[in-house]
Amino acid sequence: MGVYGFFTRRNLITMLMSIELMLNSVNLNFIGFNKYVWPNKMDGLFFTIFIIAIAAAEAAVAIAIIINLYRSRQSVDVENAEEMKY
Amino acid sequence: MQNVLSIALIPLLPLAAFVLLGLFGKSFLKKAAGYIAVLFLLTATVLAFYTAYEYFFVYGKADGVYQKLVPFKYAWLVFNDKLSIDIGILLDPISVMMLVVVTLVSLMVHIYSLGYMKGEERFATYYAYLGLFTFSMLGLVLSSNIFQMYIFWELVGVSSFLLIGYYYNKPSAVAACKKAFIVTRFADLGFLIGILVLSYYSGTLDFNTMLTTLTSPESSELKSAVSGSFLGVSALTWGMLLVFIGGAGKSAMFPLHIWLPDAMEGPTPVSALIHAATMVVAGVFLVARLFPEFALSAPEALQVVAYIGAASALIAAVIACTQTDIKRVLAYSTMSQIGFMMFALGVSDFDNGGVLGTSNLGYTASMFHLFTHALFKALLFLGAGAVIHYVHSNEMKDMGGLRKHMPITHITFLIACLAIAGVPPFAGFFSKEEILLAAYKGNKLIYYIALFTSALTAFYMFRLYFSIFWNKEYQKHRNNQHGEGGMVMMLPLVLLAAGAALAGFIPFGHFVSADGKPLESEFHLAFSIAPVVLGLAGILTAWMLYKKQNERPDKIAASLSGLYKSAYNKFYVDEVYTFITKKIIFKLIGRPAAWFDKKIVDGMINVTGSITQTISEKIKGLQSGKVQQYAVYFLVGGLILAVVIMYL
Repeated sequence: MGVYGFFTRRNLITMLMSIELMLNSVNLNFIGFNKYVWPNKMDGLFFTIFIIAIAAAEAAVAIAIIINLYRSRQSVDVENAEEMKY
Repeated sequence: MQNVLSIALIPLLPLAAFVLLGLFGKSFLKKAAGYIAVLFLLTATVLAFYTAYEYFFVYGKADGVYQKLVPFKYAWLVFNDKLSIDIGILLDPISVMMLVVVTLVSLMVHIYSLGYMKGEERFATYYAYLGLFTFSMLGLVLSSNIFQMYIFWELVGVSSFLLIGYYYNKPSAVAACKKAFIVTRFADLGFLIGILVLSYYSGTLDFNTMLTTLTSPESSELKSAVSGSFLGVSALTWGMLLVFIGGAGKSAMFPLHIWLPDAMEGPTPVSALIHAATMVVAGVFLVARLFPEFALSAPEALQVVAYIGAASALIAAVIACTQTDIKRVLAYSTMSQIGFMMFALGVSDFDNGGVLGTSNLGYTASMFHLFTHALFKALLFLGAGAVIHYVHSNEMKDMGGLRKHMPITHITFLIACLAIAGVPPFAGFFSKEEILLAAYKGNKLIYYIALFTSALTAFYMFRLYFSIFWNKEYQKHRNNQHGEGGMVMMLPLVLLAAGAALAGFIPFGHFVSADGKPLESEFHLAFSIAPVVLGLAGILTAWMLYKKQNERPDKIAASLSGLYKSAYNKFYVDEVYTFITKKIIFKLIGRPAAWFDKKIVDGMINVTGSITQTISEKIKGLQSGKVQQYAVYFLVGGLILAVVIMYL
């Protein structure tokens, strides 16, 4: 779902949401596998907490970028932000 | 005992003048530049004379032998226990003598230039360069280490380059300074390699240590240096020969002399200081400094020195007879006289037995001639400068009959000419006599060359003298308002003339000899008859030919046309050099090298560049700027990696 959303949506906010979706699914995976494969260990939990923290920071940075993009071109469409090419 | 500070100040004062005038000479010291430089140099001269007095009469002698003293030494770069580059002061008879000569002539030139260079735009710069030169020359003679000497050697070369090219808007001066620099630089390469060879075998760079290790027959260093051979000549001889190439380059010995006549493009006082009295004798000084090594361990190299010196003396004298530019005549005469000094060293041998004999007479004679030559040649150049200043021309044909217009210059110039021609009782007579005597005892062939050359010397000097001061009547023409030149220009002339007249009476052998022991110079009346008579004959010939304007010189020139023409064209040595550089080096080596560089080396670089460019041109479409496209690449790449890791 997350990957699909990331590739198909043109709206940056939606793309960001897709990324969050991917991250959260990874989190769920971590917790699930941790619980059933190595129940004695806590590595998966730590990883999850770690990813949540990173995701929060990343969301903040991404939203800041999106706001700046919006200010400069009155849109949040990725198709409009393609100056960074050859 | 020795006052290190006062000795160290001798070279440092001109350096201070250089720094001071170099930094502030163009701004607020503009007016006083000359006086400041003269003042600094005067102090240095006084100190030099004081040092000489102290050395020769107070502390220099121990058991009747003049010691080699090293009052100051600082190890600058240490490679190992023995091999280090030091900065030091070495006092021995020749360095002390050179101190006096250099400071004295330099002082005279400084004073003279106050008048000669007046009104020049870069007056302060000129004095700054003079200071730099004096500093480096003094440093050179005081060096206690052969590498230190090399450093100063190069400094001397640079300051000579700067001073020759002083009139930098004159193309000929620019060409001359480049030529001087390149030729001497080329010779210095030999010197450097020679230093490396010598230090490799002796394991030291220090003069005193090197001389002891390479001259005592027991030392293992000497044995290895003599046994190691290349092309059938021992390594030591090669080393000494290479060092001599350096000396020959600086001293304008044939065939490395081509820069000296062109160097006359510099201001005349500079020619007097650098290209007559001091820098050009650096080569002689170098050979003298390493003399025991030459004489005891590499006699073949000394033979080369002797023959090159004699050849240069003769060739230069012949060329000097035909030149018409007075400074060029003097330049060739300088070269000839330095040839005298060189072969005097060459025919001398070093008698360690210490018999008060004449076997090492040549050494003393050479140094003596160096001393007197510095005086009278500086005088000749300064006199020529005064004449040029008056006539505004270097050509002899523009002069003539000047004796009434410039009485002081006339008298002093005459004294200098008599001195260089070897007429008693002037200075040149005594030193030349000693050289001839040494040559007579050492090598008969060289003796006859020398005899002939000294007759030629008398002839061309008096040709110059008569052409300038007698010959036709001088027409006062153009805007020639100023007189002979002021006090500042005449004073050095008079002082130097006194020196040139009287310096011969110094019992030179008592002070300077190869082994430090006083040397009684013999004086044979019968022996000196031949050179003096020949000298007088030369003068007489010149008198007949040039006293009055007449046709005779042209007739003689016409009858000897082949010889005259080739001598006038300096025996085509310059043309040979041009041929070698242009035709052989440029065409045969330069062209293919350039082709290789352009086609092969550049080609490889260009091919690499164009390959990169083509590829990047093809793949730049990937960089589309579309974020989601990147994401696809990323995903695909990640999947491929995952597949690779899982299945391979």
